[in-house]
Amino acid sequence: MNDMPGKVELNKDDQVLLDKFLSDNRLFLGPDPEIMRNHSIQPRSKMEASALARDLDTHQVHHVRGLINAALSEAFTMVNQMGAAPGAKWGDLVTGVYTAQGDLAMIAPHGIIAFAACCFYPIRFIIKNWIDDPTVGVKDGDGFIHNDARYGGVHNTDQSMMMPLYWKGELICWLSSTIHEGENGACEPGGMPAAAESKYDEGIKMSPFKVVENFKLKRDLVTFLQNSVRDPKLQLEDMKVKLHAVMRLRERMLAILDQFGKDLLVGTLRKHLEDTETEMRRRIAEMPDGTTRVLQFMDSSLRENCLQKISLAITVKGDRLIMDFRGTAPQFMNRAVNTNIASFKAALCTGLLQNVWPDLPHTMAVLSPIEIISDRNSIIDAEGEMPQAMSLMPMFKACVAWTIPMNKFNYSVPTKYSAVIASQYDQAATFIYGGLTQHGDVTGNFCGDINGNGQGARSHADGEHSVSPVFGFMCDSGEHEINEEDTPIIRLGAQRIAKDRIGFGKYRGGMGYEQIATARGSGMWGFMTGCEGSKFPSAQGLFGGYSCPSYQLMKIKGINIFEELKADPNVVEVFDIVKLMNEQPIKNGHYSSNDMGMTFELCNEGEIYMICQGAGGGYGDVLERDPEAVMKDLREDLMSHANAHDIYKVVYDEINLVVDVEATAELRAAARRERLQRSKPFDEFVAEWVTPEPPANLPYFGSWNDNTRIYAQNPAISMKVVMDADKLQGVFMPNPKDLQIAGLEAQLAAANAALEACRAAGR
Amino acid sequence: MKVLVTEYLRINLDSEMYECRRCDHVLISARENYKRGLRVYDRDPREIHKPLVDPKMYARTYSPDPLWCRILEYYCPNCGTMFEAEYLPPGHPPLHDIELDIDALKLQWKDRPEVKEPAIGPDLALEKVKSGRSLHAGHKH
Repeated sequence: MNDMPGKVELNKDDQVLLDKFLSDNRLFLGPDPEIMRNHSIQPRSKMEASALARDLDTHQVHHVRGLINAALSEAFTMVNQMGAAPGAKWGDLVTGVYTAQGDLAMIAPHGIIAFAACCFYPIRFIIKNWIDDPTVGVKDGDGFIHNDARYGGVHNTDQSMMMPLYWKGELICWLSSTIHEGENGACEPGGMPAAAESKYDEGIKMSPFKVVENFKLKRDLVTFLQNSVRDPKLQLEDMKVKLHAVMRLRERMLAILDQFGKDLLVGTLRKHLEDTETEMRRRIAEMPDGTTRVLQFMDSSLRENCLQKISLAITVKGDRLIMDFRGTAPQFMNRAVNTNIASFKAALCTGLLQNVWPDLPHTMAVLSPIEIISDRNSIIDAEGEMPQAMSLMPMFKACVAWTIPMNKFNYSVPTKYSAVIASQYDQAATFIYGGLTQHGDVTGNFCGDINGNGQGARSHADGEHSVSPVFGFMCDSGEHEINEEDTPIIRLGAQRIAKDRIGFGKYRGGMGYEQIATARGSGMWGFMTGCEGSKFPSAQGLFGGYSCPSYQLMKIKGINIFEELKADPNVVEVFDIVKLMNEQPIKNGHYSSNDMGMTFELCNEGEIYMICQGAGGGYGDVLERDPEAVMKDLREDLMSHANAHDIYKVVYDEINLVVDVEATAELRAAARRERLQRSKPFDEFVAEWVTPEPPANLPYFGSWNDNTRIYAQNPAISMKVVMDADKLQGVFMPNPKDLQIAGLEAQLAAANAALEACRAAGR
Repeated sequence: MKVLVTEYLRINLDSEMYECRRCDHVLISARENYKRGLRVYDRDPREIHKPLVDPKMYARTYSPDPLWCRILEYYCPNCGTMFEAEYLPPGHPPLHDIELDIDALKLQWKDRPEVKEPAIGPDLALEKVKSGRSLHAGHKH
């Protein structure tokens, strides 16, 4: 047996030599924590300090900012119009400008903020690793691609093109264009595989690398990428589109430089960042000091139902704002619903700009003054080996995490910069699809009607129906006609408001629409869905408003609707989910109501899949809703009479919808008295209600009554672990099919035992 | 001086008490959890989010699962106004959701005029959505 050598104490020179050796010979340039854990703008560079020392003319700065904004808008429009990905058609993209040292300075006035809000990570990676690497280098005409969110990004469906901008031989800034491409060669088509059990199931994982030289795509690398995905046509087309959009943006920026010079451009970008951070701090200081809190519960890993808690405490002290996510669920080792903290922060940035202060400039500087604390190895701060193909789940929660606690700070502030709004519906409610198209192409992607999340109710008005995706209020609508031309998907029902699925309140949340789809003309086609909220509602109400309801995935399998309609055109009176499921007009169909999380499943021609966009949360006490607003909802067929009576307590004539004002006031007064009769004082209630641990029958992940103790409890395999929050380990989940097989085997064994008992008894 | 905290809650800085904005009922010290001044009811979520598809035919009906989720409704003990509807797993401790620094609040409002009704801020995100939609309203395919 060999003796292990003792630790050698190195002198200073040797230590420097060793450090340099290790630095020069790194085995693998993986995601760099020094980059990935820093979401703040960097100190002024020499170039920026020099530019700002010139005491720039404010009017000229404003002028240049407008020109950059117009250039970004133009590049966005190019991608929007020419992009081949379905996401590109409805605005699931962005263009951005970054400083020379990689701070995100400006984003196009359309599209997805989060894409740009995490693209500075790969740019910083390129600056740190490739500029001085003799085998790579960075020069004028280069372009870099990346998609792995572990190096910065929302998720691996999104591909970015990043280009340095040189002027007179000097690196002035960086430009980018990002599209949600969809297909990426993952284990399920469409790029968001809920079935991914490791990062190696997620498809291609591009660290930032050079794919453009002399403004031309390198064909060998493009071929490699095309060979790695199901849709080589899409891969090539959109790489070209992003490159040329960024090149147009470059032309516009060079024109600005030629007209105004380096100092004004560099100074404008830096000033934009610093001014935004200053304004953020001013607004934080206007809020009261203290702590507000919110809990969010995700109810599915998209493979099985299980509660995962996200705990957030926001503390304001002076101009400091601290977001403390400790107490959140631990990461899953073999489920796709983890996210890394950098992606999570990009979603926080989006949520702040969408839900709290949309008037602020869209830069990373809004997040810069905010301190974020999380437990390492939690579901929102997962380590790199964890699968995170469906990171959208916790990230969408980050988009709306602000709404409840920030309104509890902001309500008292005398100046309101934006409306007080309850949570928007926060699920990716659309069909992800894959298979062979009617044109014989292989494809995989998702539908544009993901952008119909209902808005939360406001303190002065109902929420807007199907307003936008929770992650992008600057997106355009999806276009089904294009979708139907390109894919076998046929919409049997679309954009029909989902009646009675409401976030009730003094003001109700905006509602979602139904989506009813089938497939036609394909030899092989399938769908998946990736949503939570089938057991525990997802969009929270505010100040006494209720949440949205739960939502389900409904199916009618074993039929062909096209043959049914051919035989009897009136077989379905109206494609309305609730009517179809309750009346079952198509005979011999297998009707089922399922969780909204479904891994990829084949859809035979004419089988029907039905989901809903959800409603935003309600605002205020339902008994304060104007009875005439209740009548309006009835008139617009948004709601049934039962809810008008039972929830809103309105007395009216069901034929002419005339309200009996006095009777309504009496009924509501009685309802308030009933509340007092059935309720208990808080302390008395808590003594009876609170349990020391989560219910034993509930799959539960996260803290319970102490944020330093994290439960990982899965009754399906009799697992119960309690971990210290600062020593979290990943949780391994059993294969749901193994559990199902075990259950069926147990049933079979019991049936066999009963049979044997009968035989033994001679029956 | 009274400071608004929510649609239904305010703090009387002079008495350091939480008050109901609907009936002026004094709830509890502003240095306490305001929920301790309210009454609570454990609501079965199916009573609010009613089953839309027949529960005899389907287990999942658009109603939340009452074994996974309950609604804690908080009422003013005097007028019965509902301050909060808190969705929690059964037995989960209610959240102490508002904990303000009262001394700092007093200092902050020392020179501010009292606000009796909150200002309504612009809904800028919605305006952006509507502006985007109107741009494409005349778009032909």
